[in-house]
Amino acid sequence: MNPVSYVRAADAGAAVAMGAAAGTRYLGGGTNLVDLMRENVEAPSSLVDVCGLSAAIEDTPEGGLLIGGAARNSALAGHPAVRARFPLLSRAILAGASGQIRNMATVGGNILQRTRCTYFYDDAARCNKRAPGAGCDAIDGFNRIHAILGASSACVATHPSDMCVALAALDAEVMLSGPEGERRLPFEAVHRLPDGQPDRDTTLLPGELITAVRLPPLAAARRSAYRKVRDRASYAFALVSLAAAVELDAAGRLAEVRLALGGVAHKPWRARAAEAVLRGQVPDEIRLKEAAAAELAQASPLRDNGFKLVMVERLIVAVLSDLVAGNAGAAA
Amino acid sequence: MSLLDTVRDAAGRLTGHPEPGAVPDPLIGKPGAIGRSLPRIDGPRKVRGAARFAAEVPADGLLYAAVAYSAIARGRIAFLDTTAAERAPGVVLVMDHRNAPRLKPPALFMTKPQAAGASDLPIMQDDSIHWNGEAVAVVLAHTQEQAEHAAALVRATYEEAPATLDFEAAKRRSRHPDSVMGEKPVLEQGDAERALADAPVSVDLIFRTPRHSHAAIEPHAVTAWWEDGALVLHDATQVLNGVRWTLADMFGIAEDRVRVLSPFVGGGFGGKGSLWSHQVLAAAAAKLAGRPVRLNLSREGVFRLAGGRTPTEQRVALGAREDGTLLSLIHTGCVAMTPHNNCPEQFTFPARHLYRADAIRLEQSVADMDMLANTFMRAPGESVGTFALECALDELAEKLSLDPIELRRRLEPERDPTSGHEFSSRHLLRCFEMGAERFGWHRRAPTPGTRREGEWQIGLGVATATYPYQRMPGGAARIVLNRDGRAVVSMASHEMGMGTATAQSQAAADRLGLPVEDVTFEYGDTSLPAGTIAGGSSQTASIAAAVAAAAAVLATELLKLAGNDSPLAGLGVDEVEMRDGGIGAREQPDRHERYDSILRRAGRDELVADAKAPPPRELKRWSMHSFGAQFCEVRVSAVTGEVRVSRFLGAFDCGRILNPRTAASQFRGGIIMGLGLALTEETQFDPRSGRIMNPSLAEYHVPVHMDVPPIEVVWTEQPDPRAPLGARGIGEIGITGVGAAVANAVYNATGRRIRDLPITPDKLL
Ligand SMILES: Cc1cc2nc3c(=O)[nH]c(=O)nc-3n(C[C@H](O)[C@H](O)[C@H](O)COP(=O)(O)OP(=O)(O)OC[C@H]3O[C@@H](n4cnc5c(N)ncnc54)[C@H](O)[C@@H]3O)c2cc1C
Repeated sequence: MNPVSYVRAADAGAAVAMGAAAGTRYLGGGTNLVDLMRENVEAPSSLVDVCGLSAAIEDTPEGGLLIGGAARNSALAGHPAVRARFPLLSRAILAGASGQIRNMATVGGNILQRTRCTYFYDDAARCNKRAPGAGCDAIDGFNRIHAILGASSACVATHPSDMCVALAALDAEVMLSGPEGERRLPFEAVHRLPDGQPDRDTTLLPGELITAVRLPPLAAARRSAYRKVRDRASYAFALVSLAAAVELDAAGRLAEVRLALGGVAHKPWRARAAEAVLRGQVPDEIRLKEAAAAELAQASPLRDNGFKLVMVERLIVAVLSDLVAGNAGAAA
Repeated sequence: MSLLDTVRDAAGRLTGHPEPGAVPDPLIGKPGAIGRSLPRIDGPRKVRGAARFAAEVPADGLLYAAVAYSAIARGRIAFLDTTAAERAPGVVLVMDHRNAPRLKPPALFMTKPQAAGASDLPIMQDDSIHWNGEAVAVVLAHTQEQAEHAAALVRATYEEAPATLDFEAAKRRSRHPDSVMGEKPVLEQGDAERALADAPVSVDLIFRTPRHSHAAIEPHAVTAWWEDGALVLHDATQVLNGVRWTLADMFGIAEDRVRVLSPFVGGGFGGKGSLWSHQVLAAAAAKLAGRPVRLNLSREGVFRLAGGRTPTEQRVALGAREDGTLLSLIHTGCVAMTPHNNCPEQFTFPARHLYRADAIRLEQSVADMDMLANTFMRAPGESVGTFALECALDELAEKLSLDPIELRRRLEPERDPTSGHEFSSRHLLRCFEMGAERFGWHRRAPTPGTRREGEWQIGLGVATATYPYQRMPGGAARIVLNRDGRAVVSMASHEMGMGTATAQSQAAADRLGLPVEDVTFEYGDTSLPAGTIAGGSSQTASIAAAVAAAAAVLATELLKLAGNDSPLAGLGVDEVEMRDGGIGAREQPDRHERYDSILRRAGRDELVADAKAPPPRELKRWSMHSFGAQFCEVRVSAVTGEVRVSRFLGAFDCGRILNPRTAASQFRGGIIMGLGLALTEETQFDPRSGRIMNPSLAEYHVPVHMDVPPIEVVWTEQPDPRAPLGARGIGEIGITGVGAAVANAVYNATGRRIRDLPITPDKLL
């Protein structure tokens, strides 16, 4: 790990003023960035600690929530408004990492955590994300945990967050503050697909700070679930996960449906193709399988991860059937 | 029995301190401290943080070490640039093959009585590279952080040589090892292949188990320094005397110029049972720097520098009559190894002793690979061997429409099926009976895939557990009896958290007829009488035999001291026993004198007795093994393929249980490790580079709390008349059979046979 300087930012303005300098990084709970520094994957020269910035979780006038970028994952998952109105978000967070890590991790840091591709972590391996142009050892290596959707010949890594899968389903917005001023990004526009530039995980500009996340109200979120498949019962990243929210009309058709997948792509994957198949339909098993097939039409599995296609289909069928039957979150 | 043996046995009977095995240990069946659930003696110190581990030993002028690892598997270092590292803040020196002290290669384990080398490759003596992750440089700095930063600045370029990194390819050039832990690699009784072909019912199956890495909570660590040409090494080890001898040999100094201390070890499981490169590098760097050095491996360092369990491919073929009795038992296969070590993962050992069969064929081969030397890992061989054998038995039982327990009942042998020896004590069927009743085995649905709660398919599985009794030669113990009648018992043995100090205090108390509070057990230091390796579940018996021998010497000396003014006057050593804080005549309750009284009258402050343990001759005469029955209930999601173990029970037959509390913890720990073997653990060894790709506990999945169900353990409590104290070992048997019990339960739940571990969700989709 390189020697670094460290400062605590008193407010967002001060953070952004310091954060724009080359070699500077914001520091949340440090549960990802410090690990990567110790692995010599990241080597910032200075850290601006943003844990002292807003961690508030407040109602918005339109009935949604505004969540400070420094809110701890545990605080967000346990917040009564989140549990009542956005239970899938609470469940997604609690399905991730461990209690200790969630106590440290922040909302901003969770969104910007980096892939768990083992070739990215090992500086003896070739990785285009770590060292652009070096090549990718994952494509023909151990790629059981890698992407089946939206990958490129340069990178097959996945985004590892659980929380972000729920945020993608919820149409969240991310509030940014940077050297060029403030802006808002729809959640789906935050993370990018790797294409030829896998070193860029997101569309954030240099020095941009996540100040808050805004959740619009969503009636369907009350009937929602998050289900994660993993290699052990806890403390493992998702092989595949699904965030789902539904609203049924009187005839049992899906008036609203939100689906997002984790563990399948370089970004939290909003399953819009599947949603389109289902919206306005009665979600019987045939229809649900059709929806999964639509979403997976473009999937291209690697040597070790073909099972993810089956898992995605199984999850879509099982989770939505449960939700429709009224067993909200039966198997979270 | 030879004439000499007969004489010795008679002597043993008389003194009550027999040659182990010849007559039952007189402590068997005697009430005392043994058998009580005493809390661990080291517990309070550990809870308070007062137990000092190897990486916590303070030293003046201490330097911290960090390692730079090779990035290729085989070849040579073409260019090594350490200048940036040397200039980095806080760095004192960088050691590499150019300036490291000249050393002999380590003597490989089992090639000499005390040899402990995990491999016989030279350590940092030239520019050649033998595995991906080998140490190429060691940086010494004033803080750990400075050392790690500088180690990242070491730059190496390599000339790569072709390497064998693919087990599949290596298997094609496999060979027989010289020996499999002292046994021949091929064992044949009758024509098993022909018997298989002719058998009315048969199975012929291939099983695969992956590479595993050690993940003890304490990473390997040493703090080392030199004093006037003598080496002091605070180590985390299971093999104190082996480390001492091997280091002395490498550095070319007398054995008594090396002192190794290891009072506390944060888990060993075999991973600390050898001399690895890091201990040598720390000692060498301390010599080069002329200052104390601490080398505390990072978690990655443990994966790269300390080996684990090797992958196996095993064939089990069983040919049976309609009644289930075996016409043929074949267990063969291949494991990965290196040309520089000798750990062939003795997976055929269970098949040597478990079941009756008309013809038997066992064969082990090894495939040489360019990798870090593999090593012992809790029940090496038996853990993965029972996976294959016990799954195959389950498949055979199904073909025969027999309950798997009933099949094992029909295969129970009279004598050891391959050695022909009498079993010293064997109650395997009792384990199945106890376990079946408590676990509710009758609730198992004979047809797989028929029990279900919602999406969760429920199944039960069972498997035999087994592990050999071992007693290592070469141990010695000292008893110091002092004037107030208390005793200090010492031996350079090991406490890795399993309860050695506690159980041995209990055993020594009973041996000496003292309350347990009056006995102190000293261990963990080579300045004490030589201990044996804490491996092969052998340490309890090895210590007990040495202490019994020392107690016999002590009794003789005490009688001499007692003289004519004692109630003991005129008694020979064969007429007395140690009881009630002193010596007493057998069968004469009143004739007794206390130790303090004997010593005081003789004007002695203390009395010292030293003795070596007799060689483990009992192993030559009896087939000595522990047994168990592992019962597992799983729930398998029909949606995701996730397996959750919902209940587990182990019933064990390990001889006498010295301390139920510490024993239960050993059994449970073994079972938990077995759950990892069954469901989650796999070291990803990239066959292109030989690199371990998941060297962290985030990606190398050991079971977490939520993976571990309530585990019940019970035991037969049948003392082994041939083992000291009546106790065989208990440290390793817990992991054996677990992989098969889980896999068989998964089959019962789903109708799917998974024959390659670990059973991850994708395999069940
Ligand atoms: C062993 C382990 C297991 C885990 N398992 C899971 C899991 O199962 N599921 C899961 O979802 N996650 C898991 N995690 C990841 C965990 O969720 C993340 O490490 C955590 O959310 C990161 O938050 P942090 O505040 O600690 O981020 P940091 O490590 O502090 O920062 C991460 C990144 O975000 C940037 N950053 C931080 N705050 C801001 C901000 N306000 N504005 C702009 N940039 C910012 C940093 O510069 C850095 O690049 C696991 C982590 C570990 C170590």
